[in-house]
Amino acid sequence: MNLVELQNVSLAYGRMEVIKNLSLHLAEGEVLGLFGHNGAGKTTTMKMILGLLAPGSGHVQVFGNTPDHTEVRKRLGYLPENVMFYPQLSGEETLTYFARLKGAANHQVGELLEKVGLTHAATRKVKTYSKGMRQRLGLAQALLANPRLLLLDEPTVGLDPVATQELYQLLNELRQNGTGIILCSHVLPGVEPYISRAAILAGGQLQAVGTLSELRRQVALPTRIRLGSLSEPEHWQTRLSGLGFDSRCIGRDALEVLTHNGARRELLNTLINSSEAADLEVSPPSLDDLYRHFAVVPAQEKSQ
Amino acid sequence: MMQVWNIAIKELNDGLRNRWLLAISLLFAILAAGIAWLGSAAAGQVGFSSIPATIASLASLATFLVPLIALLLAYDAIVGEEEGGTLLLLLTYPLSRGQLLLGKFIGHGLILALATSIGFGSAAVAIALLVSDLDIWLLIQSFSRFIFSASLLGWVFLALAYFLSSKASEKSTAAGLALGVWFLFVLVFDLSLLALLVFSKGQLNPDLLPWLLLLNPTDIFRQINLSGLGDGSAMNGVMALGRDLPITNPGLWFSLFIWLIASLGIAHFALRRRAI
Repeated sequence: MNLVELQNVSLAYGRMEVIKNLSLHLAEGEVLGLFGHNGAGKTTTMKMILGLLAPGSGHVQVFGNTPDHTEVRKRLGYLPENVMFYPQLSGEETLTYFARLKGAANHQVGELLEKVGLTHAATRKVKTYSKGMRQRLGLAQALLANPRLLLLDEPTVGLDPVATQELYQLLNELRQNGTGIILCSHVLPGVEPYISRAAILAGGQLQAVGTLSELRRQVALPTRIRLGSLSEPEHWQTRLSGLGFDSRCIGRDALEVLTHNGARRELLNTLINSSEAADLEVSPPSLDDLYRHFAVVPAQEKSQ
Repeated sequence: MMQVWNIAIKELNDGLRNRWLLAISLLFAILAAGIAWLGSAAAGQVGFSSIPATIASLASLATFLVPLIALLLAYDAIVGEEEGGTLLLLLTYPLSRGQLLLGKFIGHGLILALATSIGFGSAAVAIALLVSDLDIWLLIQSFSRFIFSASLLGWVFLALAYFLSSKASEKSTAAGLALGVWFLFVLVFDLSLLALLVFSKGQLNPDLLPWLLLLNPTDIFRQINLSGLGDGSAMNGVMALGRDLPITNPGLWFSLFIWLIASLGIAHFALRRRAI
């Protein structure tokens, strides 16, 4: 069963259409990355899934129900962008208050504080928390009552690299236990291994949706091949140019070549047969490349 | 109902934590004791005069203070949650907007009722202990009526504050609107009624004028307390119109209760329509 189903959803603020004919779904145990520039419609889409905004047309269903249904809300967790709490309460009091509202067991408060690494600051007032600590408290709040659906809006904002990796690991565990996760983010590097599918929004319209392999197949973006530890990169540049490959020097001893599918094998054979190329790194189009292709390029073309 | 109670307890705890309850109770107690013993100083008499005179003075004081305190307590109840970023989060929980409003109302209402009871009640206790030859039954009756009607008046203004808070987009706007409402009901309304009386030069239907008092909850509150004092001699100024009001004391209570229900109703309507 799909946890979330959006069918031909449109929404306008006055005369400005912010979501245009959007169809999406999220299955159990799936992580859907929702990517797009500012104002692309990511948060609005989240709000419709949360039942805070009603679509002008189309249908939104969560657990097969209307999103504002009480039973739906008991089973979902939400972390808003720039999460804020009551400054006068401590982390523990905050979580206890939200646990009561969610109908979560009291022992979860301590467990979740430990899970997000806030046990040491549990009795401190939230107003003394750093942005990263608030974000971690927000995550603990979203995990109350073991939700089957998690909506995370920019969850890595304010987190240091280690905490970001820990968050992704945690999401991976939740996904393996069947939790469906929708993750909105501007921060694309690092998220790639943890998402099942990516949905790219631009101007309120869905530009692309699918697994990264599916999206790579849809577009003919070049593979990035990087040659490192070269004694004479300029010599290699000339040689590759003779073979019809454009390359650029990176640093003092490395080269980067962009190659399309057809020529990739030929280039790789040449490189492998050469004893000089010590380091070889082959990178398929990244999420960032795909995002640029689907979201940034159409927006730029539109503005021209 | 559990959700409503959770919100109410949080508001009550906030009221205890930020000393609102303590401050209001102390203010009421000091002012009530001061009025009881010094209220007749202008007439050259120092000391406790009588229960009706004390209640009449307290009613005038409460007409100014209780609405102001209620509006201060609740003007940011909704817009403050939104500015603080917690309203969005709360509304993703299994909690309806109606439950949120009712929870806040019960929490704030308890703070106000407790402060009124402790503050004015302690003045009543002081009178009972320090004044001899006192009709204790009259004291209990008058102060009970006064405390409960003051609480009800405060609840009406809490509900009005929720309405303003649900309509305002910023806390500062809500504060300005709350002050405006206070001016309207506490100062402007009675002056307008007096102006109407003067400038109509008797052309207005005399049966209609007393009914206009019911359009102002502070006037109903004063009517409840002043008409309960017996012959109605304490009614002067605009309140004198109340003598011609063909409504008994329970009718006045009912009118104030209607004000509460109607104010909560429009607050709920405004909150439901508020875009998050």
